[in-house]
Formats: sequence, C-alpha cells, structure tokens
Amino acid sequence: MVTKRKIAYIDLTKKEVKVRDIPYEMRRLYLGGRGLDMYLLYNHVDRGVDPLSPDNVLLVSAGLLVGTPLASGRTHIGGKSPLTGIVGSANMGGFFAPELRMAGFDHLVIKGRAEKPTYLWIHDGMIEFMDASHLWGKDTFETQEIIRKDHGDPDIKSMVIGPAGENLVRFANVITGHKNAGGRTGMGCLMGSKRLKAIAAKGTIDIELKYPDEYMEYAYELNKRMANSRWGKASGKWGTMVIWNYTNTWGGVRVRNFQANQLHNAELLEPQNIDKWSIGVAGCYGCVVHCRHRYVYSDPKYGTFYDEGPEYTSLGAFGAEVGCNRMEYVLIGNHLVNKLGLDTLETGSMIAWAIELYEKGIIDDRVTGGLKLEWGNPDLVFQLVEMIAYRKGLGNILADGPRPAIEKFGPESAYYCIQIKGMSNLHSDERPTPSLALNIATATRGSDHLRSRPAVDLYGLPEEVLEQIYETTGLVSTWASYQGKAKMVTWQEKLYAVVDSLGICKYHTVFISATAPKWEEWCKLIYYATGWEFTKQELMEIGERIYNIERMFLVREGLSRKDDYLPERYYKEPTPTGLPIAKGRYIDRAEFDKMLDEYYDLHGWDRNGIPKPETLKRLGLDQEPSHKL
Amino acid sequence: MQKILVIDPERCTGCRLCEVVCSLYHEKTINPYRSRIKVVKWESVGVYVPMVCQHCESPVCEAVCPMNAIQRDPNTGAMVINYDRCIGCKMCVLSCPLGGVNVDPKTRKVIKCDLCGGNPQCVRFCETKAVDFLEPTVANLAKRRTAIEKYSEIVRKLPL
Repeated sequence: MVTKRKIAYIDLTKKEVKVRDIPYEMRRLYLGGRGLDMYLLYNHVDRGVDPLSPDNVLLVSAGLLVGTPLASGRTHIGGKSPLTGIVGSANMGGFFAPELRMAGFDHLVIKGRAEKPTYLWIHDGMIEFMDASHLWGKDTFETQEIIRKDHGDPDIKSMVIGPAGENLVRFANVITGHKNAGGRTGMGCLMGSKRLKAIAAKGTIDIELKYPDEYMEYAYELNKRMANSRWGKASGKWGTMVIWNYTNTWGGVRVRNFQANQLHNAELLEPQNIDKWSIGVAGCYGCVVHCRHRYVYSDPKYGTFYDEGPEYTSLGAFGAEVGCNRMEYVLIGNHLVNKLGLDTLETGSMIAWAIELYEKGIIDDRVTGGLKLEWGNPDLVFQLVEMIAYRKGLGNILADGPRPAIEKFGPESAYYCIQIKGMSNLHSDERPTPSLALNIATATRGSDHLRSRPAVDLYGLPEEVLEQIYETTGLVSTWASYQGKAKMVTWQEKLYAVVDSLGICKYHTVFISATAPKWEEWCKLIYYATGWEFTKQELMEIGERIYNIERMFLVREGLSRKDDYLPERYYKEPTPTGLPIAKGRYIDRAEFDKMLDEYYDLHGWDRNGIPKPETLKRLGLDQEPSHKL
Repeated sequence: MQKILVIDPERCTGCRLCEVVCSLYHEKTINPYRSRIKVVKWESVGVYVPMVCQHCESPVCEAVCPMNAIQRDPNTGAMVINYDRCIGCKMCVLSCPLGGVNVDPKTRKVIKCDLCGGNPQCVRFCETKAVDFLEPTVANLAKRRTAIEKYSEIVRKLPL
C-alpha cells in the first residue's frame, strides 16, 4: 500500500540509517510531503540553529498521492533555510519523488555532515552512503549522468547540486533532470553544507492502491478536464511564459529591478520566440499539461546546448529585469543556472539590484572590482552568474543573498532591494494588486507567490462567481480593491499546503485555472488510493494546521507582524505605466495594515501575528514539539 | 478493419503516464517495470521514444515459442500469451528485436502488450497521441500528411 512507505532517518556524520513506519495518526494530521516535512522541521530543528551547521536537517519527501496517474511527480525538500533563516521549503517536478517512493520511502530526514563528499544511493528499501569525490565540482547534468554510468542503469533518478551548492551560495538549488528545480530558499546550499552531492534513487516496488480501477477511471476524468481546460492548453503550448505575456499587457511585471512595471517593445522576448529553438514539449511524471519546452540553442559564441524551459521567472531574471529583452539571452541564462545549480529568480534579482545600485551610485567600481554594471548587457549578466556560483569578486557578495549583501553595500542599498524576510520577490509587480501584495508579504518562506497567491483575482470574475470559488462572502470583483482579499489569501494557503502534501502540481488545482480540481476531488482520490475517508472540512483543517506550524517556526525564530510588510518602494513609488487599472498605483500603508489585521483575525492570530493559544489548541498544535516522528 | 498501434516519438512528452496506466490496468498496481510499454529516454538530449510490442505480421516470438503459447487474437489482432501453455523459457524475450516482450520482476512471468482487449489504455490516457490506435489506412495517410507538412515548412524556409 502507498501507506506502507517508510520514513528514514539518515545521519551523515555517523553513517547510520534508521527506518520507521509513518503512523496513521500522523498522516491524518499532515498527509505527507510538505505537511509532514513542516512537522519534522518544527520538531527536529531547535530555535537559533545555524542553517549551515550539522544540526540542521535536510528533509526530502514524496507526497501522499505521488506516483499515481496524475501530475504527481512532485518532490518536496525542506530544512531551515540558509537564505532566510526561517522555513526552507522547495518543491520540484520531474521524476525523482515517484522513484523514491518505488524504492520504498516517502520521507528522508538527513542530519549531520559527511566527512567527505557523499551521495546517497537508495534502492528497494536500501540506503547506502557512496563516495562522491569524483562528482564534486561537476555540474548538475554531468553529475546525474555519471551516477547512471557508475551503476550502469539509465533509469536512475537523482536530485543533485551543482557547483553553486558546493560553494554554499545561499540560494543554490537542487536539480533533477534538466530543469526541475527545488529552487527557493537555498536547499542546494543546505545539501552542500552537509557535503551531500546527490541523492540517487531507483525503485521497483509496487505502488499499490486500495481501489485501483476506481482510481484509474477517476484520474482519467480529471486528466481530461485539465488537458482540455483553457489554462491547460495555453500552458501546454507556451509553458508558464504565457503568464508573462498576460501580465506584461496590463502592467504587472518588473523591469530593470523595480523601475517599471511594463516592458514596451517586448516582441523579441515574448513566448512565441521559443519556436525557433523548440524541439517539442516535455511533461513531468504523469502530467497531461506538459508546461515546458525542450530546446536546442546554438550560436557561434555560446555554443550548442540542450535544455528545458524557460519559465515565467527566467523571462524576468534574464530578460526584463536586467534589460536584456531577447529570448536568446533567457535561454542561455536559463541553461547556466540549471547547470550550475542556482535559483533563477534569486540570481536574476540579485544581479538586477546590483545594476540599479551601480546606476544610482550606491556602489562603485571598488565594490564591483572594476566591473561596469549596466542594463542590457547579457555578457555581463552571464559573467555575474558564474561569479556568483564560484563566489568570485562581486559574486561572492551577491552569493550571500539580499540581507548579508545589504550589510556589505551599506544601508542606502536596502531601499532598492526587493525582498521580504530575506528572500527576493518574484519578478512581478504587486503594487496594483493588494491581494497578491498581501500574499507575498505574509508567505511563510519569505516573499513567495507559491504559498498563497490568489491568481484568480486577476480575472475580474463576477462577485458571485468569486464567492462560490472561495466559499465566502464580502469579495469584490476588482483586483484593485483591498476588500475581502485576506479571505482569498487564507483560502489559497490551505489549498496549496494540501496540494503540496499530496505531491500534486499546483497547476492542477485552483491556482491559475479557476475550474481545476480541489477539495472534493482530493477527498475522492485519497479514498481510492488509501481507503481513508477525509471530509473537505478535514482537508481544509490540515491545510490550516500546516500553515500554522510553519508560522510557529517563524515565531520561534523571533518573527512577527514587523516582518510581514512589503519593500518600501511598494508604498512610496506609484507604478509609472500600464493599463488604467494598473497605472499610478501603489500600496496604501493604512489599507495594507487593515488588510493585515483582517488576515490575522481570519487565522486566529493576535494583531502581532502570533497564533493565539486557542487557535493552536483547535488545530492540535498546542503540544508541539511533540516528537512523534 | 483491425487497428494498429502507431507510435510517434515526436509527440511524446516523456510523462510516462502510459507506463503507469498499463501496470494499473494489467497488474492492478503502479510499477513501470511491470508495464508492457516503456518510454525509453535520452534525457540529456530530450529524446523520448515509447517502446511497445508492434504485434508483427511475422512475429518472431510466435515462431520461436517451443510451446505455441503466443498466438494472435482473431478479434483484436494482438499477439497474446497463453499462460496455460507458457513455460517461461524467455525465448520470446531473447528474440524480439524491439524489446516488446519482458519479464515481470515480481511474478517472473513473461509479459507483453495485449492491446487491452481492443481498448489500449496507453492510447486512452495519452493526450498528445504519441501512442495512437488507428486503422492502417488512416495511419498511412497521417504519416504522409505530416511528412508533407514538414516538407512544405522546409521549402518555405529556403532562400529562393
């Protein structure tokens, strides 16, 4: 049964492995994946632990429905973030999680630090410590291929770090396949600090379902629905890049760090430019949407290479944000960060910020080591990417992420750094959209759209439709309003917490598609997979519990209301361009405060953002840490 | 007219849903190693090819089977294993030039595609139709059409 999958506690220092069952009561409270990982994080990492010390844990997991005939290939990776010092949590597609599950494990809790470079080899219930000396220094693609050759098995799936993770770049990511990245919060840095180069898995153990026929037929129905939805079709053709076009049209992207919210003359950057290099689309495990391109890029200067993507984020990171408004540069930049193991979003943000600081005279040639930082210079951008990955010169400062870099660049630089809780914002501009602004301000892993973004708000749906989706009242149709937005954000928090715990992709629930599967469908899927009955209310409560234990981790590290605010520029600089609804907009601080109050009230947190004792009791969190796993 | 399985690697996104549903349908469990179809991948260059028994017109498996255990299903045209006769000698596995016959690692039985009795589940779940089930006439025409489309694309790009 899927429910028989184990949890393994792996001590890299002592080279010891302990394997346990995952008790039903813990599944009932957290399902699996991100949910259980967040419980483990709160229970295994004490307050004040240095994220790079052996006491931090690296959590790797497959959610409850991973491996089933849906878009269910998501791997969750957790730990205390080396970038932010709070919740570290990253989620990646591809094929690793199903392989881990077929090898017998749903959760790995990895502690300590290996004496020398190591990788874990997990196969059919076995976990072995392998020497990774020959892999150290290799890029993410080479590493995966060498592991396959070493074992003589092309079917092995690995999650690996590149040079950036080895060099402890605070926003290094974890890669499986070509572009599936556990990108945010520096989980690659955490692996690097443990001298863990890779986790390789190969499994041949059945994933048994309680009612296989029923599950298969229901999955067929849901897959059909997703594949035929407008969102499914659009993203199947252009990938997440399609969102960039839409967002740029009304004025919600970021240009040159934070200087404009719309890119004019974007023709050469727009998604359709990928056609020239695309050789087809690619899907993650079991996914009918297939939201990325496979492309072969070739030119005399940068050579010929194969890669996948790019995503919305990379159009910002290597396009509009740094003033290089051509698809070519995005394809090259995307390839570089995938190969070196860097988070595309954070990398692009750090570079764009540095260029603006140089432009404004806040940093000069002494800080940059003579580099002339300027917009629209792709070679400079690619050079900086390498310098970050190998911690050279200015790259060494940028590699530490926003907050330590502010220390080095001086207090004046802070105003221009678009970050929250130590993590850079998505390359979107949330000034015209209070709901999205509240989402990034309150997200538990630092500025993050994937924790609670109510993207449906952008469609301007009629109020009664919105209220039906969000199952509440008092919502308004326009996204320019502050009214009722806190309700949408808290609803999305629960939804995303549950979908991440099931191991299903967010694009297969109400994120961008308003009609995608959600609570009711999941209750049925869980029942067919396990025989366990959950009500919709119970699933919502699980989502709330997960979000609250994440918040408890933040509170324990000293965070509160003061940390739930936007970068200053959101309040002070009105948007310079865009459609009438998006132009001249900024976040009103008083209105934002009211929204924050409403948000805390909805959560049962006090006005300082601390969960109230009765809230924790209601969610069964009052005894945490309970050390049950 | 009996239909044939038509594989088009260019349409394959590599998602492996076909493997998942094949094992679910036949073995009531999920295990790509117990699936009759397999997406063979060259991940570092992005090439994906679904491989499955093609139910050959002159099947080697049938010819080499010492027990006459592999025979054509007159209704579907599928080459099907009769497990009452099969002794598991694996001659078919050894001789199939496409790797269309495999050994189930759990039961150690020889397994191969049986077209799911005429409604192949891989085809049913594959949204891009990288695996399709067509009458030969339709399949032939589709191939020609695609070929011409490609040709015209190339011609249009020529600096004439």
